[in-house]
Amino acid sequence: TTIMAVQFDGGVVLGADSRTSTGSYVANRVSDKIVPIHDFIWTCRSGSAADTQAVADYVKYYVDAHSMELGRLPRVRTVANLMRKICYNNKDNLMAGLIVGGWDPYEGGQVYEIPLGGTIMRQKFALGGSGSSYIYGLVDSYYREGMTREECEIFVKKSISHAMARDGSSGGVIRITTIQSTGVQRQCILGSDVCMAMRWNHDYFYHGLNQRLKDG
Amino acid sequence: MRWEEEGMKQNAFIMGNKLMGSNPHAFSLIMPSIPITHTQTPYVTGTSVLGIKYKDGVLIAADTAGSYGSTTRYKSVERLRPIGQNTLVGATGEMSDFQTILQILDRLIITNAMFDDDNTLGPPDIHSYLNRVMYNQRNKLDPFWNTLMLGGVKNGVKYLGNVTMLGLHYVDDHVATGFGIHLAQPIFRNEWNEDMTLEQGTKLLEKCMLVLFYRDRSAINKMQIANITEDGVKISEPYALQTKWDYEAFSNPTVGNEGSW
Repeated sequence: TTIMAVQFDGGVVLGADSRTSTGSYVANRVSDKIVPIHDFIWTCRSGSAADTQAVADYVKYYVDAHSMELGRLPRVRTVANLMRKICYNNKDNLMAGLIVGGWDPYEGGQVYEIPLGGTIMRQKFALGGSGSSYIYGLVDSYYREGMTREECEIFVKKSISHAMARDGSSGGVIRITTIQSTGVQRQCILGSDVCMAMRWNHDYFYHGLNQRLKDG
Repeated sequence: MRWEEEGMKQNAFIMGNKLMGSNPHAFSLIMPSIPITHTQTPYVTGTSVLGIKYKDGVLIAADTAGSYGSTTRYKSVERLRPIGQNTLVGATGEMSDFQTILQILDRLIITNAMFDDDNTLGPPDIHSYLNRVMYNQRNKLDPFWNTLMLGGVKNGVKYLGNVTMLGLHYVDDHVATGFGIHLAQPIFRNEWNEDMTLEQGTKLLEKCMLVLFYRDRSAINKMQIANITEDGVKISEPYALQTKWDYEAFSNPTVGNEGSW
């Protein structure tokens, strides 16, 4: 798995690959690792699929009740804290690495990472999953402060495609979710576009990307 | 009502409650025949914390790295935190356990403030409390995987001490945790004295942090120093130290002895 989230001014971009493996077999090549917790708060899941699905379902249930009682949109911080509570207190029985990304009207776009053990870390961008090891260098050199939404999306696509190229446990399609105050947009980057990392044909790749960006 | 109780038990089980026990059998009425043990391995860890007393108070330093095994996964972890008005806690070890301890201490400070009797908790009080927390967790064979350093000044009395994950606690004029015990403490023993000024104290700590950066695999060159005086706690912004790599012998170390290291 490779999962990633980047914060920009006014929202977040969440990205993930789509491979679920059972040993050497790819059980699901088009899985969806980005799950909605609330309207503007989504989570990327990595680790045991069962554990992360269970934790996400519980948090979704609690946040649903919480926001109904509150009568407003929940804070991303609250969702992340609930997730952390479950992961920390059940640390002996869970294998879950989660990234919570979302937008709320109080603090704007936020990214929180909850690795194994249940630490909570707020960051400008977060990486997770087995494939993340391969792209720490890329991400460190490519990231800069104050990127726009489009730049963040390119950043996420580029990084995840490089991770998918090298990590056996990551592959398939790249799923991107962009959350802003205006709404949530989901994208799915298929096959040929993911070949960024393979560099079959440098010019075609760049031309194709720019074209696709223009087309939106 | 019974169903409410059942609901709360379910909730408590899911949410877990570390102080009640994260094993479902903790709720069982039947005593287990073998003690419940939780193997705990640290995941996200912080490395050494160093502390010394000086003329006007206490100085504590730590870097801002959160390691995940051998990877430096997080580069901006705040391992030094103020507690109340007069105390600072620094942590080595598992960061999730440290975050939980901070919540516990938060509860302690707030409960104490609610008494509304102008009595605040000072460093010795918090040290004692932390020791009880760590020791009791250790007795349940479910330790908080941390070594905590505590420093502060209250009513003119300077205080500096450690609490380990086994519940061992002690105070001294200069303390260290983790790698600092082996690399920094000997330097403290040689160079510390009672009447150090702020500059001298800072220099001593920076010297030791530099040694740790050179020789501790999990350390990074981004550190914070906290200064606790009677006026309160001040934690600096993270900064880097000047390193020295330009010794002549370093550029060609194997000359005359090719193949050596």
